[in-house]
Amino acid sequence: MSSVLESRVWPAEGLTRVPYWIYQDESIYQREQERIYRGDAWNFLGLDAELPEPGDFKTTFAGEMPVVVTRDESGAIRCFENRCAHRGALLCLADRGNAKEIACVYHNWTYDLRGNLTAVAFRRGVGGKGGMLLDAEPESQAPQKFRVETFCGLMFATLSDKTPPVERYIGPEVAGRIRRVMKEPVKILGGYTQVLQSNWKLYFENVKDTYHASLLHLFFSTFRLNRLEQKGGVIVGGEGGSHVSYTMMRSNQTGDEYEKAGMRSASGGYALQAPQMLESVDEIGDGVTLQILTVFPGFVLQQIMNSLAVRQVLPKGVGRTELVWTCFGYASDDAKMQELRMKQSNLVGPAGYISLEDGAATGFVQRGVAGAAARASVVEMGGREVASNESRVTETSVRGLWQQYRKHMGL
Amino acid sequence: MDAALQLAVENLLARYVHAIDDDRLENWPGFFTENGRYRITTAENHERGLPLSIIYADSRAMLADRVSALRHANIYEAQRYRHTVSSTLVERVDADTARATSNFQVVRIMHTGESILFASGRYLDRILLKGEGGETMFEERVVVLDSRAIDTLLAIPI
Repeated sequence: MSSVLESRVWPAEGLTRVPYWIYQDESIYQREQERIYRGDAWNFLGLDAELPEPGDFKTTFAGEMPVVVTRDESGAIRCFENRCAHRGALLCLADRGNAKEIACVYHNWTYDLRGNLTAVAFRRGVGGKGGMLLDAEPESQAPQKFRVETFCGLMFATLSDKTPPVERYIGPEVAGRIRRVMKEPVKILGGYTQVLQSNWKLYFENVKDTYHASLLHLFFSTFRLNRLEQKGGVIVGGEGGSHVSYTMMRSNQTGDEYEKAGMRSASGGYALQAPQMLESVDEIGDGVTLQILTVFPGFVLQQIMNSLAVRQVLPKGVGRTELVWTCFGYASDDAKMQELRMKQSNLVGPAGYISLEDGAATGFVQRGVAGAAARASVVEMGGREVASNESRVTETSVRGLWQQYRKHMGL
Repeated sequence: MDAALQLAVENLLARYVHAIDDDRLENWPGFFTENGRYRITTAENHERGLPLSIIYADSRAMLADRVSALRHANIYEAQRYRHTVSSTLVERVDADTARATSNFQVVRIMHTGESILFASGRYLDRILLKGEGGETMFEERVVVLDSRAIDTLLAIPI
């Protein structure tokens, strides 16, 4: 177990204070790898639609640990460490592909699609010379195999036997909100990676922070896509680390709280020349135009009008995070629907009208707290509790994140 | 080689990147026809035949909206680009149209002084040789980024 500095004691105020060393400390980062990513959390691996056929594989990460995800001959999703039992080299170098078996390029040790070591090259030598002794046990250093579950086409993996099943881990209300979006077979439209110059938790807090959405992202509030006076809510689930926030667009409310407060994001006079981009279809049929959902520690599901995506949050060091976006539609989409999704893809991603600021905002915190390890952020919007809420002027789901995080970390 | 055609295309490519690098973004939509298409995608999406774009516009109006959002709505730190465009292959399609493929590199210079190689890739262009006012214009410009990874955010167009 990695040791954490004795001075790293969580502030007495509890969930309403987040100490800045949590984003800076190398020993905290190492403990996260042990206790969260290689511990009791479910790691999000991607959509099972990425691996439609037996033999399809992709490589990704559980925290920092490289993993291979496959669909085996029986159609089941498997996940194992991307590390050869022999010398520890990456087994699988390609991002994705299809294979009957996986061979390490270094010395051609071979594995099946479940991660079992099936052959050691020249194990018995050549011509009776060389090779391994009969009692050698190369399997003792085999890549670790994960417990895998797919829920609504989402692939999750954990090394723990104790972690509850995915649906229970997520919590029933948030799980229901996943079903709502993953209601039918999906079609992958593409992806990209956004590199964030910040600790992973700053991004995960950002996604859970319903309070910032209409204050940082002017594009939203100007077009009344997510003004906080609109109807919606926040649901916190699982051990606190799952959440969903949602907005009902046609709630016919025309509050002027922003104008009264004289806030920047209410500045008027801004009109689109091509507003067709925002003509969305209520394809789920419940009037929810925006839903952002997270599952601890690194899964985001997004429905922003008709822009659907999953995002995988991957830590790449104390101050660096990769955000892997996969945008999708439904297999039943016609050409017109796909075109609408393409237009609305302008809203999201590293160039997204309502998301590009997030890439920078987490970095602003990372840079801002550089000399303030002993200080803490103030997380008191919406009170001090972790509870579902009709208002989005709340940081309840941010507190929920820290509740689950501290439990995993023993902090 | 049709030298006049080559020069006309390279001149359009040069004027385009100078407008962006000089922060004359308001001029940017004018390099496209009224129904001109502009997309930024990654080589990975492009090669896999996946339609997703990082920026997508199918009209000059959508490009103007992008500029308007950058000027009035979106929040990002002060930054500039320096484009280098080279190796332009030009092929005439018909009397009015040409195709061009060129390579680019974009250095991003932050207000802090940090400079990075922000992007490299290819421009895949379909060019109208005598557009409005006799100007050479893009009917379509597909920006194919070599890497799938983008640092922090992509605000200014490429």
